[in-house]
Amino acid sequence: MSTTATDPWIRRSTNPKLDRVMVSPEGVPLNVTVATAGARAGALTLDILIILGLILGVTLLGLLVLWGFEAAFGAGVSLETSGPLNVVFVLWIIAVFLFRNAYFLYFELGERAATWGKRAVGIRVAARDGGRLTAEAVIARNIIRDIELFLPLVFITSGEAEGTMSDFTAWAGFLWVLMFLLFPLFNKDRLRCGDLIAGTWVIQNVKRNLAGVVAPSADANGAAAGQAAVRYEFSDADLSVYGEFELQTLESVLRTGTDEALETVTKSICAKIGWEPGTGDERIFLEAYYTALRAKLESGMRFGKRRKDKYSADI
Amino acid sequence: MASVATDPDVQQAIESAALKSDRFRLEREADWIRLEEIVTKMEKGKTRRLSDEDVLALPTLYRTLLSSLSIARESSLDAGLIDYLEGLALRSYFMVYGTQTSFGRWLKGFFGGGWSQAIREIKLDIWIALFVMIAGTLIGYALVAGDSDWYYALVPGNFAEVRVPGASEEALRGTLFGAEKQDGLGVFAAYLFSNNAQVAILAFALGFAFGIPSILLLIHNMALLGAMLWVFAQRGLTLEFVGWLSIHGTTELFAILLAGAAGIHVGRSIAFPGPKSHLTAASDAGKRAALVMAGVVIMLICAGLLEGFARQLINSTALRYAVGGAMLTFWLVYFFVFGRNRAENRL
Repeated sequence: MSTTATDPWIRRSTNPKLDRVMVSPEGVPLNVTVATAGARAGALTLDILIILGLILGVTLLGLLVLWGFEAAFGAGVSLETSGPLNVVFVLWIIAVFLFRNAYFLYFELGERAATWGKRAVGIRVAARDGGRLTAEAVIARNIIRDIELFLPLVFITSGEAEGTMSDFTAWAGFLWVLMFLLFPLFNKDRLRCGDLIAGTWVIQNVKRNLAGVVAPSADANGAAAGQAAVRYEFSDADLSVYGEFELQTLESVLRTGTDEALETVTKSICAKIGWEPGTGDERIFLEAYYTALRAKLESGMRFGKRRKDKYSADI
Repeated sequence: MASVATDPDVQQAIESAALKSDRFRLEREADWIRLEEIVTKMEKGKTRRLSDEDVLALPTLYRTLLSSLSIARESSLDAGLIDYLEGLALRSYFMVYGTQTSFGRWLKGFFGGGWSQAIREIKLDIWIALFVMIAGTLIGYALVAGDSDWYYALVPGNFAEVRVPGASEEALRGTLFGAEKQDGLGVFAAYLFSNNAQVAILAFALGFAFGIPSILLLIHNMALLGAMLWVFAQRGLTLEFVGWLSIHGTTELFAILLAGAAGIHVGRSIAFPGPKSHLTAASDAGKRAALVMAGVVIMLICAGLLEGFARQLINSTALRYAVGGAMLTFWLVYFFVFGRNRAENRL
């Protein structure tokens, strides 16, 4: 279920076009972000390289085994019809088939629902309706991959190698690949044909650490902050110049800002509320202002009144 | 929850917190961090190393987290906190509602009725595919009967060395009962499987374009068969040819029939979704068809083995019919009789 509701808690990500809401079976809407086309392409490239590497590895291993037989039983033994060449070759065909078809299946059925390539760029597969990601869905999305990717690749490379391909078939094959490769760009959820058939989509992983309390309370922060609470008293008018957007900007400055940033912000707040900026205790001033502003805005929230930013009406 | 911190330091921090929303956060932090630890372990594939208490606590912690998230969204303006809760909620949601069936259990369900049921659900498409395949064979036969030059257009070069219109009975018989490939049977079987599996996957995947390419592919492949049938029929070898074909063909053609039917099923659902939306219809049909396809790959492994080994080793037409017929009966019983009662009981 993907809606683009405009509730205030909708996350503001770098590309809001890719933000969606998925309703969990408990009825709680969860923010998800659809993976960008660039991330998908990167993951796919990595996966193809990994598969090629695996095939190369198996080929080398097979040659090594054959070489071992030659060395052990004399030259020519592996070329005999019932010799090890056959066995190795059968294993090779099966291995290549598995790499080509089962690699994606195996990893996407795992706990993280992502191949190595997807893990590397931080994306995963999920069911579009918010339910379970079933084995059938994973099978379906990966069978379709065959016509999207491998079939044209094989078609073009074998045609080139045998020199049997006319210009027309080469271009037809190229267009075919292009049509499927660019398919995700032509729908808003970045679905490829396989996702469409399987009812899945690919979304970004989120992993955030719990940061500390932004403005530690007076007592917890020791004597200095204790004085601060006494020193700074903000009137209602002082606090009515900003809304939630400014509060969260202030939060990020307090969390990550440098001393210069703190100074700049202090100056602009003081200019706004008509105070004379002091020097040396910017952090304490900003924390006190942050706490007071947040207390005011949150008490408004409890009565269902919210103020988006400084341009909206005061609560 | 019980974990409202008993630690005096935390207790003090909660009491002294200036904001209600910070107090809310400090009271519940310990639960969130515990949940995060469990989820991180599960994501790393260490589910089995979780303690029993952790496994039992997971659903409760997850629901508590969701309610915390809902409250925080409506009462806290700490963006860092809400981001953290959003991320953790999504991560634990994927663990709680992830692919919980193990591969083994899925396989058991698949062979124990899931596969057969999926096939019964696309019965109409199977009839369509069967009709198309028979039509294709007849077309191939009729075309070559009308003008034998069609044969070269239909049959790719590597099949057509000996089996050409006008070949002697001797030569044709040789291809049916020859021992030419007995040397590399294993390789041959593996190659055939890999090749056929790709054709079947193609027949299914092309269903995406409203099923039309699937139908064309079925017609083309069966026309080839019809053309060859004509060549052998000209020399009175119809019975032997069908025997040669049936030993693996009942399995292989059945698999291709199912793959084509799965493709048609998807195509039909996209073209005519009924009361559902196009996207829902496509994904419902896709999942059903994917089950059929997983089975098709298994059938093709059987077919490859039969074709690579049994066909070359069994040189009597009667025995070939017996093996082919037995396989066909087995598949029909398994698909259309087995597990039927159980499925109906469940309804």
